[in-house]
Amino acid sequence: MTDDEKPDNLDAIYPVGEKQPDRVRTRNGRPLSDLTLDNLLAGHIAASDFGITAEGLRLQAAIAERAGRPNLAQNLRRGAELVEIPDNVLLDVYELLRPGRAQSADDLHAAANQLRDTYAAKETASLLEEAALVYERRGIFQRRF
Amino acid sequence: MANSQNNWARYDLWDERHLSLDRFAVEDPENGFCASASPYDPKPSLVIEHGRIIEMDGVPSSAFDMIDEFIARHYFDLTIAEAAMAIDSREFARMLVDVAMPRERLVKLSAGMTPAKLAEVLGHLSTLELAFANSKLRCRRQPSNQAHVTNAKDDPVQMAADAATAALYGFDEIETTVRVARNGRTNAIACAVGAAVVRDGVLIQCSLEEAEELRIALAGFTSYTETLSVYGTEASFIDGDDTPWSKAFLTAVYAARGLKARCTSGSSAELLMGFHEGKSMLYLEARCVCLQRAMGVQGTQNGGIDGAPLTSSVPRGGWELLAENVLAALLDLECASGNDTRHSESEIRVGAKIMPYLMSGTDFICSGFGSIAKYDNSFNASLFNAEELEDFLALQREFQVEGGLQHVPEDQLMAARARAIDAISAVLETLTPSRLTETQKKSVLYAHGSDETASFMPGEVAGINAALIEKNISFVEVVQALAARGFTTEATRLLSMARQRVTGDYLQTAAIIRDGRVISAVNDPNRYRGPGTGYVMTDERRQAINRMRREVSKRDVLAGEGVTGQQDSRHWRIESKGEAAPGDDPREVVIGISPGFGVRLHKTTGGVPLYKVLAALLEGVRERGGHPRVVRVRHTADTSFLGLTAARLAGSGVGIGIQGKGTTVIHRHDQAPHMNLELFSQAPLIGEADYRAIGGNAAQYALGKSPSPTPVTISYRGQALGARFHVQTALLYAIETSMIEAGQNPEVLEVEFYDGR
Repeated sequence: MTDDEKPDNLDAIYPVGEKQPDRVRTRNGRPLSDLTLDNLLAGHIAASDFGITAEGLRLQAAIAERAGRPNLAQNLRRGAELVEIPDNVLLDVYELLRPGRAQSADDLHAAANQLRDTYAAKETASLLEEAALVYERRGIFQRRF
Repeated sequence: MANSQNNWARYDLWDERHLSLDRFAVEDPENGFCASASPYDPKPSLVIEHGRIIEMDGVPSSAFDMIDEFIARHYFDLTIAEAAMAIDSREFARMLVDVAMPRERLVKLSAGMTPAKLAEVLGHLSTLELAFANSKLRCRRQPSNQAHVTNAKDDPVQMAADAATAALYGFDEIETTVRVARNGRTNAIACAVGAAVVRDGVLIQCSLEEAEELRIALAGFTSYTETLSVYGTEASFIDGDDTPWSKAFLTAVYAARGLKARCTSGSSAELLMGFHEGKSMLYLEARCVCLQRAMGVQGTQNGGIDGAPLTSSVPRGGWELLAENVLAALLDLECASGNDTRHSESEIRVGAKIMPYLMSGTDFICSGFGSIAKYDNSFNASLFNAEELEDFLALQREFQVEGGLQHVPEDQLMAARARAIDAISAVLETLTPSRLTETQKKSVLYAHGSDETASFMPGEVAGINAALIEKNISFVEVVQALAARGFTTEATRLLSMARQRVTGDYLQTAAIIRDGRVISAVNDPNRYRGPGTGYVMTDERRQAINRMRREVSKRDVLAGEGVTGQQDSRHWRIESKGEAAPGDDPREVVIGISPGFGVRLHKTTGGVPLYKVLAALLEGVRERGGHPRVVRVRHTADTSFLGLTAARLAGSGVGIGIQGKGTTVIHRHDQAPHMNLELFSQAPLIGEADYRAIGGNAAQYALGKSPSPTPVTISYRGQALGARFHVQTALLYAIETSMIEAGQNPEVLEVEFYDGR
């Protein structure tokens, strides 16, 4: 955290796209400089090249940490864990976390295990386990509709 | 007003004003109508044992609700919490307005303070102090603004034209939403394409149901979201169908997809939802923003938002809304500071509400300035709308404050709108079976709002969206379509926005993109420390802010005068016949005209040609039995002295003084300079008939009569004449004063009119 007071470090790296574009590659492993109109029109790159990567998010998390924003950094690290998880799985987990969807702590524990075991999403899995504990105490498992 | 219940007529007048539509709630903490410091708010407390929080704001951990629990687990920096809580609240409030106190220190200490403590701290600041604290605490140095771009038909062609318009006026973010849920794609594409006509970097949001919003974002058309609503009581949260954990998870999902995200909260939401627990609005909002920081979202849209009209109805409501935003800034959250929902029908209240925000600057002054017609705003009318955009520009100019916007010349606007219409038409024609005629396109080009357009109707828009969904269209196909139809610049800009997502630089706090460059609290932090620090406008920016339509310069005024002069030389001739001597005719009224009258100045500020003015005065004097004589006064252009000089030359002792801009006085030789008989200072309202009546009155004074001053009924009804005419007046008068010849005596004039007078 002592690096926080040294904005010079951040100046050298941020914005990454401007200061250190070589540190980032696309999800298909291409350098940023490949993302040109000519390459797109020629079919050399695809929509899937334009997503953020886990590495990109971890780098931004490190920048946020260094800029004195531990909570934002934590969120970006959770995001990094979720990059490779399909949309429908993420939307299912979100749905399960909404009030009254899960019928017991077990449902949330099962989802947490899936995140941890299948996708190595440890920090997000802990978030779900924490939710299970609190939902139990506050009666959030009560069916709503 | 026959049916009025009022005794005093002024109440009838007040009842006709827009303010009379506003309602004012009686303060009632028990029922939630309380801006701050409710008797039911808890006293600040924080008890930590073995590194765990066992009590917060009077509640033991065993009784924590979900919000307490999430805050207790994720908000605090426990290394400084005890020290932070020990700081006297008033002392910390003073630190917030101490220019020498670095923002970083305050932000750090705030991570050790509970919601009740933070609400108590803010309670010590006045509105002025809040605004000042905000100028110090906001995250990004450079203030910015966000626009709503929507229309009542969900018409993508109008939406593209209006997005281009918004981008030109300077908005860095565009938020759109739909009237019909399935129209999200065309809205998002139209805003992205329209903005790309103008510049690279406008962030786009399409506010929709979560899953659909995420799908559209994944297709690459949008780049941020701000629909992550959080609430200050557990029951409201559940009623909003979420929990702090579901929202924290969703926040991480948006990060995983490379989208900038901010939460939404704001006072009165809990009150409107019926779960306020008797707590004050500020305390509940303090819980919301603490929760947001705990979740790790980069920013918030707060300051009442949809609840702003309700908050504004209670005493101290406007103060409370500002306090919410300051709290967000103190907690290091990007703040899109409300000022979206219109809180009042009164334009005075609207203008007053925006001022502290303009003075302090915020990350986004409005979390939705209605850049389109009020009736086209699918979110509801905003505090400021297309109708009032120039009022906003005038406020920026007048107080030299940064609201993120600037005047745009009409030719630039029309060119951008035309190109946006062509670009979106090209995209839709390429990707769907839709076609528009040139007439339909033209209807959008010139339209203020959807009432005037003849382009796509809602049914057709639904068909277009169905086609886009069926073909699973992403930004790639849109870029290809643009490039194929020759819109290479726009294609490149859309691509550039998509590329930003790969680096994720705009996920840092308070990020905007200007000309392809990310500007955020990381590389453009606000380090305001008093005069000359923080955000200081460049000369270039100052000049941009100073531009308005209807600017008047000396050249404009003189050009107008010159034209009139040339035309009028056909109507009259004035010629000097040497120095004027005092007259001895007891019926004589002398008319003293100013140095520039009929020489360089040719019409009054009321638009009456001066030859007609002089003819009317002469006729008026003659009609009432006076004998007029015209002199040119050379040593002064001041109305009173013109009149007095004329009066002292007149055989009757009564004279008229008149300036080139039309200001007139009737004077008598034995009066003090500023004790005239009648003064007509409202030149813009004086017509030809009035000048004739003035001449008539002067003749009657000359003949010893006491005319009623009222025959000259100039219809002043309280108009702000200074605002309308003083620019022109000052310029015209400067011409007169430049023609003064000190010490020169008046000259007799021979006046001849060519049209039979």
